[in-house]
Amino acid sequence: MSRMSPMSPTAKRIVIDPVTRIEGHAKISLFLDDAGNVADAEFHVVEFRGFEKFCEGRPYGEMPGITPRICGICPVSHLLASAKAGDAIMAVNIPPTADKLRRLMNLGQIVQSHALSFFHLSAPDFLLGWETPQPQRNVFGLIGSNKDLARAGIRLRQFGQEIIEILGGQKVHPAWAVPGGVRSGLSPEGRERIRLWLPEAYATTEAALALWKKTMETHQREVQIFGNFPSLFMGLVAEDGTWEHHGGKLRFTDSSGSIIADQLDPQKYYEVIGESVQTSSYLKSPYYLPMGFPAGIYRVGPLARLNVCERMGVPKADAELKLFKKLGRGAVTSSFLYHYARLIEIMASLEYIERYMSDSEIMGDYLRADAGINNLRGVGASEAPRGTLFHDYTVDRNGLLKKVNLIVATGQNNLAMNQTVAQIARHYIKSGAGNGTIPEPLLNRVEHGIRCYDPCLSCSTHAVGQMPMHVQLIAPDGSVVSEVTRG
Amino acid sequence: MAAKTLTIDGKPITAEEGATVLQAADEAGIKIPTLCHLDGVYDVGACRLCLVEVTGVAKLLPACTTRVAEGMEVKTDSERLRKYRRITLELLFAERNHVCAVCVANGHCELQTLAYSQGMDHVRYEYLFPKWGVDTTHRLFGMDHNRCVLCTRCVRVCWHVEGAGTKNVAGRGTRSHIITDLAMPWGESDSCTQCGKCVQACPTGALFHKGSTTGEMERDRGKLEFIVTAREKKQWVTAD
Repeated sequence: MSRMSPMSPTAKRIVIDPVTRIEGHAKISLFLDDAGNVADAEFHVVEFRGFEKFCEGRPYGEMPGITPRICGICPVSHLLASAKAGDAIMAVNIPPTADKLRRLMNLGQIVQSHALSFFHLSAPDFLLGWETPQPQRNVFGLIGSNKDLARAGIRLRQFGQEIIEILGGQKVHPAWAVPGGVRSGLSPEGRERIRLWLPEAYATTEAALALWKKTMETHQREVQIFGNFPSLFMGLVAEDGTWEHHGGKLRFTDSSGSIIADQLDPQKYYEVIGESVQTSSYLKSPYYLPMGFPAGIYRVGPLARLNVCERMGVPKADAELKLFKKLGRGAVTSSFLYHYARLIEIMASLEYIERYMSDSEIMGDYLRADAGINNLRGVGASEAPRGTLFHDYTVDRNGLLKKVNLIVATGQNNLAMNQTVAQIARHYIKSGAGNGTIPEPLLNRVEHGIRCYDPCLSCSTHAVGQMPMHVQLIAPDGSVVSEVTRG
Repeated sequence: MAAKTLTIDGKPITAEEGATVLQAADEAGIKIPTLCHLDGVYDVGACRLCLVEVTGVAKLLPACTTRVAEGMEVKTDSERLRKYRRITLELLFAERNHVCAVCVANGHCELQTLAYSQGMDHVRYEYLFPKWGVDTTHRLFGMDHNRCVLCTRCVRVCWHVEGAGTKNVAGRGTRSHIITDLAMPWGESDSCTQCGKCVQACPTGALFHKGSTTGEMERDRGKLEFIVTAREKKQWVTAD
């Protein structure tokens, strides 16, 4: 991380702590130079969970039960990556029905998490306006100003949650996917419930897309400065380059859209992904190993997945992808467009869900393969809503865990989040800010830079709770000149 | 055999001489909480959850090992008993590492069910967080000492129903633990017949079928009773 140093005696630091409307606890430090302009920024994650350590010694088969407890928003992502790591240890191909059911649950997860990010967490900023007083700038404010939209958004999230419940028996933390497959199938009643809800989900997503296009027209400045910089992008793609969310292989592209590495086996992620540790944050910073740190900065998640894939594989989302791709020269590099990418992924998820509704194989009852320990190391990779998630387990011959490594999406976006915050702060915080008065709407823009990534700090540091915000203005000598705390 | 008359919770009861208070209460439809008791094997009074008050006796007595006597007045429920049962449960939870949410027995655990039924909503004692391992060397079964309450049901079924004598208890105090043969990995045991009766007998998630995930460990205790009834009474009858 390119933290500013050395600083002159008069330079300062702004700290935003806690950061709100994201999942977890974090703070932002803005380093000011002598003239009071923002020189650099750091996003610190201030919570520590320790899952990688305390899971050591447990049977690997318990991990799909333990690791979803990392997070209440995307437990399914951990569930699926964990079960896949178990598949790899058993060296089995899971039954086709189980694979489709896992995919169906992941699509439900993508819909619910993206709906939460768009409607509940981010839309209050760009729909209500940056200057809206903070007490109203939330989902309740959205309900007050646009009841139908807010309701539809909440219902869309519910749709995704219902899919998870229909399959796993509960909306949060279903103990359903297991090494070798899944524990229960899809009932005809469950399928019917999903099928009947689809038209409403489509209508909401189409309305949100239309609304987003209007938003883009009025938010060109945000598109330009909210995390608009070159970087690599990484995501899973199918063999033919189609969008993937649960299988496939890794692909890296650069900001010109060129593929720089393709069809990499996720089992060997460690050959291309390095992890850097900063003393100022519990969040690790993965980077693309061949380019080194920090030059190997890459982004994951909806924006990255849409950049690395050639097509979505379903018509409505493909039509949107064409429009999306026109927003960049090569790759789409503005992190503000994560929001758009999220909506396109919701659309794709709905279309894939619809396909599964008429797929007879998904109703099968052979759901679980059985095997002993056939590999002493197994990696499970799956696309979580926020980006590629890796669970890497090393076991002994009896299946007890010796080493656990979890690489989560938010960590992989860490370097990009720092750059985004710095870019926004540089634009809005001009000289004189060091005097200690930073208007709240301005801080909110800085926070929004983080929200674009929909980070999940609970996952990334394996932290609990909601994310309040703390911003500090820091002088070159390290003293905190100004501080704003909220939450 | 002579019959004894007594009262349990004020209800007049007739029980066979030699019967335990627990048996007499059970026959009279009075439920006493138990944990180490298992139908089909003898009782040892290890868990102290079935404590009852007997008029004229100052200390509390375990119903599972106390024999009925003529004129005995037994109370199975009182503020004092509820207090001691909660203490016992809290100590059991504090002694090892019980994490229900991710346990293989979640939803089917006798310890968990007792905690719910006795209104245990928190533990007042400091958790010991001992470092216990998991033995997954056996081809079929696993033993997680973190979840063991030392009820010795597994030991008793192994010795007295299966007759293999594989399981035993070693150590003293909080270091007491279940061992296999001469404290060797279960997978290396010569005496284990792989019958799985210990797994059926376990009240918590300590003994489990390998590959079980959260909440999957459901037991069929009826199988043990079936075997014991068949052997002792020459009656091959299932519970239903």
